[in-house]
Amino acid sequence: MISFIIRRLALSVVLLFIISIISFFIVTLTPGSPYPWGELNPKISAEVKANFRKKFHLDRPLHEQYALIMRDLFTGNLRSIKDDRPVISRILERLPATVALNLTAIVISLSFGTLLGVYAARYNGHWQDALGSFIAFLFIALPGFWITYMVVIALVKGFGVPILGTHSYGIEFPNSFASGLDTLWHLLLPATILALGGIASQSRYLRATMIESLREDYIRTARSKGLSEEIVLYKHALRNSIRPIIAGIGMVLPALIGGAVVIETIFAYPGMGRLGYEAVLERDYPTLVALNFVVAALVLLGNLISDLLSAAVDPRVRLE
Amino acid sequence: MQGVTTSSSESPSFRVLRRFRSNPVAIISVMVIVFFALIAGGSLLLSATGHDWPCDPNLTNLELKLLPPSPQHWLGTDNLGRDVLSRMMHGASISLTVGLIAVAVSLGIGMVVGAIAGYFGGIIDQILMRAVDALLCFPTFFLILTVVALLGPSLLNIVIVIGLVSWTGTARLVRSEFLTLRETEYVKGARVLGQNAWHIITRHILPNAAAPILVTAVLGIPDAILQEAGLSFLGFGVQPPQATWGNIIADGKTYLLDAWWLNLFPGLAILIASLSFYLAGDALREAAESRS
Repeated sequence: MISFIIRRLALSVVLLFIISIISFFIVTLTPGSPYPWGELNPKISAEVKANFRKKFHLDRPLHEQYALIMRDLFTGNLRSIKDDRPVISRILERLPATVALNLTAIVISLSFGTLLGVYAARYNGHWQDALGSFIAFLFIALPGFWITYMVVIALVKGFGVPILGTHSYGIEFPNSFASGLDTLWHLLLPATILALGGIASQSRYLRATMIESLREDYIRTARSKGLSEEIVLYKHALRNSIRPIIAGIGMVLPALIGGAVVIETIFAYPGMGRLGYEAVLERDYPTLVALNFVVAALVLLGNLISDLLSAAVDPRVRLE
Repeated sequence: MQGVTTSSSESPSFRVLRRFRSNPVAIISVMVIVFFALIAGGSLLLSATGHDWPCDPNLTNLELKLLPPSPQHWLGTDNLGRDVLSRMMHGASISLTVGLIAVAVSLGIGMVVGAIAGYFGGIIDQILMRAVDALLCFPTFFLILTVVALLGPSLLNIVIVIGLVSWTGTARLVRSEFLTLRETEYVKGARVLGQNAWHIITRHILPNAAAPILVTAVLGIPDAILQEAGLSFLGFGVQPPQATWGNIIADGKTYLLDAWWLNLFPGLAILIASLSFYLAGDALREAAESRS
């Protein structure tokens, strides 16, 4: 297992290298300039422009720019064009909110996805199965921004419930427990909307493997022993069908973080998705490159964890 | 065993079609898709001949702004007094165009990469699949947003970028189909006969992998439609005054409390159109996978 982790980490380094090159060239080769004052602003002297270019290494050839960006990224010296703060600290201050949001979304999509998938597999071929599939595709087809707007307007305007940001403003909480509950409440709604697609895809994967599992001999044995259908489904069949679900966690992560751009923007949630959106608007090249790098590293980490979990829950899986 | 004789005389594609047609969900979703396609084509045709119906989607009339649905304006008017129904009919053609062309781009790249990786294997396969792995680590929507925002949003840029970003799934699928099919007797036979790789790939392997590829294509269309809608919503979609379902919602968000129709109807259109494609794709997959 140790050698598996080492080899995976080595592969991750290769992938991160490719990713950094791709994201660097995407942001630098596209037309337009990163100048915060606009390309042709006559009020800016040539000297200021030259200093700016020198500071962000824009006067160097591309391959040197890339090397310098990567050096600065790893030494923590990479600075945002927008506010001249270190990019790493801009990202790190958003990281907890992003991790909390995505973990909550994953927990929600795993639990409801499992219920929906088991339900559809249990009634395979009947109308309940068709209903389960319909619900799953409905969740994928719901435009996130649209349903978010509907929900935000209904709750904020209709009921006066505060849901934007990470906590309610202007309210003193008697203790940390109450303020923790408040944070959780602010997390729940964006996480649920973010999780809709995950619920759908998890339930589809689980349905397919559950249908296979339910045809196995040990299921017939379990049923003929007189075990209740719930025990047969959730203990015997689900345990043997859980692996694709866990492997799927790594797969949904990029979709979650990508989808979070829109949802974090609407909810004014201070996560990395909104940071990315702001960086795009400001053409903040260093932040964009660093952000793609960090997100990719998170995704690779998620993949590694889901592989290790697969091996932990299923002894048949060998980490090779 | 009665079915064996009939199904063996039936061609595989006919069998898939027969099973597809016997699924009511498939029929309904195809009808909805055809309905949207007719609206899209019809509105383009009418506006090209100068007979916009119900009216010109860009005709502004500030005296008629933010009117609720009425017999004159079935789906109401927006903040500039433009007819929402007309704008949505033109939006249909944008959504379908984005869906179809983006899928064509991603299918083209995915099939070429997957076929090369799966057929030749070895070091080529390793390199191509590592590139796919790297692309899969990017948050898809954020990547599309970045490139479209930096390149400048236009219909062409949007479809190309969505296509360029979403071919990885197809490539993986085609590769795995090729890995299986290249070991079959008929492919080995073709190789023994001395046929070249191009001939074997296009004549022997691809036709046998057609069904799963078609399924990913159909399921890719709503993905692209939803991504374009998301871009439009953030202001990086097809640009105004050209109407799209996403930018009607984006324009209407300021007036949401006063003008719910600006949000509800385009949102429902996106939802129903993508849902129909997903359900049709899933029904197609079921028809292709089933043995009877």
